[in-house]
Amino acid sequence: MKILVCISHVPDTTSKINFTEDNTLFDTNGVQFIINPNDEFGLTRAMWFKEKQGAHVTVVNVGQVDTEPTLRKALAIGADEAIRVNFKPADGFSVAKQLANVVKTGGYDLVIAGRESIDYNGGMVPGMIAGLTNINFVNTCIGIEVEGNHATVIREIDGGKETVRTSLPLVIGVQKGIVEESDLRIPNMRGIMMARKKPLTVLEPVESNSETTSVIFEKPAPKGAIKMVDTDNLDELVNLLHNEAKVI
Amino acid sequence: MSVLVYTESEQGKLKKVAFEVASYAKAVANLLGTTVTAITINTEDTSELGAYGVDKILNVTNEQLNTFCATSYAEAIKQAAQKEASKVVVLSSSANSKYLAPLVAVSLNAGYVSNVIEAPSNTAPFTVKRTAFTNKAFEQTAINTEVKILGVSNNAFGLVEHNGAAAVESFSPEISESGVKVESVDKASNKVSIADADIVVSGGRGLKGPENWGMIEELADVLGAATACSKPVSDLGWRPHGEHVGQTGKPVAANLYIAIGISGAIQHLAGINASKVKVVINTDSEAPFFKAADYGVVGDAFEVVPQLIEKLKAFKAQQ
Ligand SMILES: Cc1cc2nc3c(=O)[nH]c(=O)nc-3n(C[C@H](O)[C@H](O)[C@H](O)COP(=O)(O)OP(=O)(O)OC[C@H]3O[C@@H](n4cnc5c(N)ncnc54)[C@H](O)[C@@H]3O)c2cc1C
Repeated sequence: MKILVCISHVPDTTSKINFTEDNTLFDTNGVQFIINPNDEFGLTRAMWFKEKQGAHVTVVNVGQVDTEPTLRKALAIGADEAIRVNFKPADGFSVAKQLANVVKTGGYDLVIAGRESIDYNGGMVPGMIAGLTNINFVNTCIGIEVEGNHATVIREIDGGKETVRTSLPLVIGVQKGIVEESDLRIPNMRGIMMARKKPLTVLEPVESNSETTSVIFEKPAPKGAIKMVDTDNLDELVNLLHNEAKVI
Repeated sequence: MSVLVYTESEQGKLKKVAFEVASYAKAVANLLGTTVTAITINTEDTSELGAYGVDKILNVTNEQLNTFCATSYAEAIKQAAQKEASKVVVLSSSANSKYLAPLVAVSLNAGYVSNVIEAPSNTAPFTVKRTAFTNKAFEQTAINTEVKILGVSNNAFGLVEHNGAAAVESFSPEISESGVKVESVDKASNKVSIADADIVVSGGRGLKGPENWGMIEELADVLGAATACSKPVSDLGWRPHGEHVGQTGKPVAANLYIAIGISGAIQHLAGINASKVKVVINTDSEAPFFKAADYGVVGDAFEVVPQLIEKLKAFKAQQ
């Protein structure tokens, strides 16, 4: 099985979010970048396929040279090779077009992408890859088994889950549950050494214009003061929620 | 030219979110000087949509669409948009709508913006405000394509009533065979889902163990709320993953979010910050959650929650 895992290079979850250039650009100053958590869950599931069922795992990122350490980390976790499409992401659609091109030319059986990235939260890349390549797609996956050409996928829905049957080639949008938090792997020294020797191919982008343009960023207004309620005065809490906040 | 809105239903009944996206579509239509057309799929009673600004309903009845299928539903929405020559298509942020939105965008060659929280701030260039960086920021995004797809965040725009009635037309899109087939659905029918809930009651590691969730569920019951939890709680297997909220879990945009025994880590707060009113109950007055909440109680959950349940029951009985 040939697996492609899409890796988004995102600010660490504890990052302070600031903007520069008159609030038109995300300020990367002092920000640590990580593999997008949903993508890391997907990569870990790919490693499971590699070890249990045999698979060749390629990781791909659409980005500029600064994202290469993130791809090397994915190689250190155990991916076999990496591709970087040398393109500055403009929006989700433009990234999906680059990835769709990699999918079409690479002949992958399974394409795994995080349901959403934690930076722009677009939630569109996996679905758009599927739409652009016309292959089967299941989103919000929390489980997948592959047997021959068939896949059984568990998908989270609002208020529950459902099981679907589909066939390869397949694109899945994944999240926690596809593997457990405790399954995540921290690269060891050997993995890091080996990652240096694994192939990282840089591809030139296909032409694509962006459908959307980020105009300006704003930060949320500072929060008003909290009202404290004593433990022996919970009637007051009920009263505040009813009469002041009007939420009950 | 009318604005198309996909108004979702569940087991034939329109969902609350359908009225919210309809209200949103009406606001867009007003800005563009046009009307609103809703597409409904296997919905028994569509009469309420007129009161939320819908002028016309394309009502699809098709057995093939009895179970949700993203590609088929996307095909139906695409054909409705083409029939109406719609330049704007409005969708919700339900799991199903987020699933089909990118497929609709590709098929209409349309720019898609998700997590939209306000009516467009400009129509030329067409610009909308969305959340980004998991609620740590807002982004004004312009859409450059002729057709635009907007995914509206739950509970951000609200319901806006209008005086009107919608004309119903039956619509039969062509649906091709899908390569994805639903085998089984596992959904607790008596529980409110986090996505649909007005109120969410959430428990953290401060609750010590899964055996203590009885009071969380009871509190949720009294309030008609959904239950949620912090990430470690689901990682420890105390609660199902579907309840994990936060930056790496589900987003919550409820009217009221009650956090019990949750410290308020940055990743947790990011995911729930879009909720309008936040209450924290925690033994530690220094817990970061107190900086993010509107109302706070410093106290032991095992004492506070049972009392709060009693008070709320008394309050509900009076209503
Ligand atoms: C990459 C990454 C992603 C993450 N994503 C998420 C996410 O999406 N969602 C999320 O929730 N976390 C996330 N986290 C974890 C986050 O950093 C915190 O570890 C987590 O939110 C803490 O959960 P908690 O508040 O339940 O537990 P704790 O931090 O252990 O807090 C427990 C709280 O309970 C209080 N308490 C104890 N006893 C009582 C009592 N009897 N009554 C009342 N209060 C009591 C304590 O004072 C304390 O404040 C993420 C972390 C990382 C690194």
